[in-house]
Amino acid sequence: MQLKKLVRMFSAVMLLGVLQPAHAALTIEIAEGVDGALPIAVVPFDTSKLSNKLPVDLAEIVASDLNRSGVLNSMNRAALPANPHYSNQVKYQRWRSAGQDYLVVGRVLEKSPGVYNIEFQLLDVLKQKQLLGRSMPAKTRNLRSRAHQISDFIYEQITGTRGAFNTRIAYVRAQKNAARKYVLQVADTDGFNAQNVLESDEPIMSPSWSPDGKSLAYVSFENERPEIFIQHLATARRSKVAGFRGLNSAPSWSPDGKFLALVLSKDGSPDVYTLNTATKRLKRLTKHRSIDTEPVWTSDGRAIIFTSDRAGSPQLYQVNANGGKPKRLTFEGRYNTAASLSPDGKFVAMVHGDKGQYKIAQYERETGNLIVLTDSSLDESPSFSPNGKMLLYASTRGNNGFLFAVSIDGRAKHKLSDQAGDIREPVWGPFESK
Amino acid sequence: MTISNLVKPWMIAGLLAVFAASCASTQEEFIVEEDGAPVDGQAQTGSVGDGSSGGADATGLADGDFGDGTAMNALETLEQEDGTMSVRIVYFEFDSAKLTSESIEVLETHGNFISANGEVTVRLEGHADERGSREYNIALGDRRAQSVRRVLLFQGASTDQIETVSYGEEQPAVTDHTEEAWSLNRRVELIYTVN
Repeated sequence: MQLKKLVRMFSAVMLLGVLQPAHAALTIEIAEGVDGALPIAVVPFDTSKLSNKLPVDLAEIVASDLNRSGVLNSMNRAALPANPHYSNQVKYQRWRSAGQDYLVVGRVLEKSPGVYNIEFQLLDVLKQKQLLGRSMPAKTRNLRSRAHQISDFIYEQITGTRGAFNTRIAYVRAQKNAARKYVLQVADTDGFNAQNVLESDEPIMSPSWSPDGKSLAYVSFENERPEIFIQHLATARRSKVAGFRGLNSAPSWSPDGKFLALVLSKDGSPDVYTLNTATKRLKRLTKHRSIDTEPVWTSDGRAIIFTSDRAGSPQLYQVNANGGKPKRLTFEGRYNTAASLSPDGKFVAMVHGDKGQYKIAQYERETGNLIVLTDSSLDESPSFSPNGKMLLYASTRGNNGFLFAVSIDGRAKHKLSDQAGDIREPVWGPFESK
Repeated sequence: MTISNLVKPWMIAGLLAVFAASCASTQEEFIVEEDGAPVDGQAQTGSVGDGSSGGADATGLADGDFGDGTAMNALETLEQEDGTMSVRIVYFEFDSAKLTSESIEVLETHGNFISANGEVTVRLEGHADERGSREYNIALGDRRAQSVRRVLLFQGASTDQIETVSYGEEQPAVTDHTEEAWSLNRRVELIYTVN
């Protein structure tokens, strides 16, 4: 018997159903408004008829969501010229004078204690007419989610693109001076409502969302080596799907949810494999003495983009999901890794290393253009929002990692800041099925 | 079997060394704690090099002892505070899994030792610096551990005596964001168990 086996008995992980609230919430720091963003005023919703005060400020959540998009710029609440709750109370001229293009008004009605109906209207100030009006049922526990849905409706009405505010993100938090050093968490896209999925004394890495948003695949070192697990979020039920000798890393779900791409070194060097999650059948996709890692699927499921240093420095390659000869995609610079594909398949985000600086860059597949989006030096783990308009990434500042989101044109950037640990490897989850 | 007779004194020494290293306020202290011999051209300084000549002598002596159980048993060899066998970390260049010739010499000594002591197993923990992507770095740590494994096997160590694991950039030895810190984090640690 070895010492480490004894140690292991004391270092068990804690599996958590997704209802376990996290102690530390993320909070948002918004950069100043973006030039050219469309002005919108979100008036506080009328809650005067409720028996109890709501635990959240719906209009505040909506205004903050819209700001983060970089497309809309919501008016400072203190500057609002009036406080209407219905469209027929609106004097459009006042909002026009205040420089607003759009106006959101709303109210919350109580059907029974803790059961509500939220009504809101999106108004076009210049045309003086309603663009959108909705009524939605809500309960105390899903008020934040309802607010994000309202943001999604507004965003889609104005931009024509589906909003991704009411989705979830996952990331790993490393915490100092805590009972368990590593925590896998999921949270709302504004960082609130963080919930623990797994706590461990050993590193947790590489969360990957299942396409239905119900499960996460991840790498856990709880057995003192990297192994891949799949965990169902609501039940905390999980299974180990890869625990081979050597490396078991970088799981990535296929768009149909039937396969995991992953990286194993059991046959020598790190290579990309696919695993049929039902039959457990493994298929080796790359066979090279170099490092092959970070597989991601194209949205049609037919190909996999991965990182390889087969030509001397790490670059992105594409290989058919059934195997074959990989084709090199990136040529600019000596370090291009960690691909994330836009949902329409037109863009590849990556970590781009240049002169010792590691930034998030975006590569347009058709033109081959590479645009650097960030200006810090230790950026990593880019992940597209499901509508393809934002990128979530991690950036090291001082001794901690922070989450940032940047619009794909690089103009709007915001930080999901937090004092309670070192946050890394964010991944943006899928749309909730309609 | 109790914990007390499983925890060998050298294990405690190793843990203390690692603890001391993680608490070390300067790079120099760290090097002195852990590096008896020049294992990485970039990370060495003149003063550390001075210490390594003694290490070279010890290597010759230890080599002769490995095949001869009466001279020094595995535990005693691992408890030695200087000499090549006390060097349990080898370092690498950026984005490289290539061993320096100094590292290869150190690892050949370890390989001979493992080969001669069937009761010994070693865990090779590969690490990378923080730059670039985490996934790539864990693969890099794996390649580094594999490089070390190959040398040990070539010297006659058996495959079931060696376990490799990569931590990538997850467990840095030094948490600064400097070239010096990064050079100390690009490493493979040899962790022995006497069964």
